Amino acid sequence: MRIRVRLFAVARQAAGTDSVEIELPEGADIGQLRRAMAAGVPGLGAIVDQLRFAVDEEFAGDGTKIPPTADIACIPPVSGG
Amino acid sequence: MIELTTDTIDVARVIEAVRSPKAGAVVLFLGTARESTGGRAVRSLEYEAYDAMARAELARLEAQARATWDLVDCAIVHRLGEVAVGQTSVAIAVSAAHREGAFEAGRWLIDRIKEVVPIWKKENRADGSADWVHPMIDLPGA
Repeated sequence: MRIRVRLFAVARQAAGTDSVEIELPEGADIGQLRRAMAAGVPGLGAIVDQLRFAVDEEFAGDGTKIPPTADIACIPPVSGG
Repeated sequence: MIELTTDTIDVARVIEAVRSPKAGAVVLFLGTARESTGGRAVRSLEYEAYDAMARAELARLEAQARATWDLVDCAIVHRLGEVAVGQTSVAIAVSAAHREGAFEAGRWLIDRIKEVVPIWKKENRADGSADWVHPMIDLPGA
């Protein structure tokens, strides 16, 4: 399956784009996505351990299976306030 | 009340949103853009959000605060885009029957916002440099 991942802040800056498309096997989980992004997206390798991910606007751990049509986002450490 | 806005935050409106005859206390917290960080002069801050998720997370925090402290009302407004030094970047107002709950809820809300709401700040410095602020990440060259 091919999923689109939204990028924000430093992740967007590092990748030079506000979203990337990543090819993953059906039933892949967030941990696999994390590793695929570290390997495939320039600039993300150095910060990949600090990134969180969201599935349909909720934080999702590395064990979460990725639904094929879900809205996926990469969430660097937040700094609002 | 949850709002994300690129406009100047009208603090009086945020307070009025939570004022109530049922409340004996209103607590207001403002986050404001400081003129320096780590000894470096800051010209402005620039905020970016994952808009839909930020609203969802703020709504979850509001619901949790209302349930935990039996709040009368709660209003959170976060600024996006460029915020000049001295201006308000976030306003949180809570009202409750008694001051203890209002103080605790206000403190908890700003602490949690800084942990879980997908909003990011970039520092635009007086020397022309700019960097995203990411607790926990040491950026190469930052």
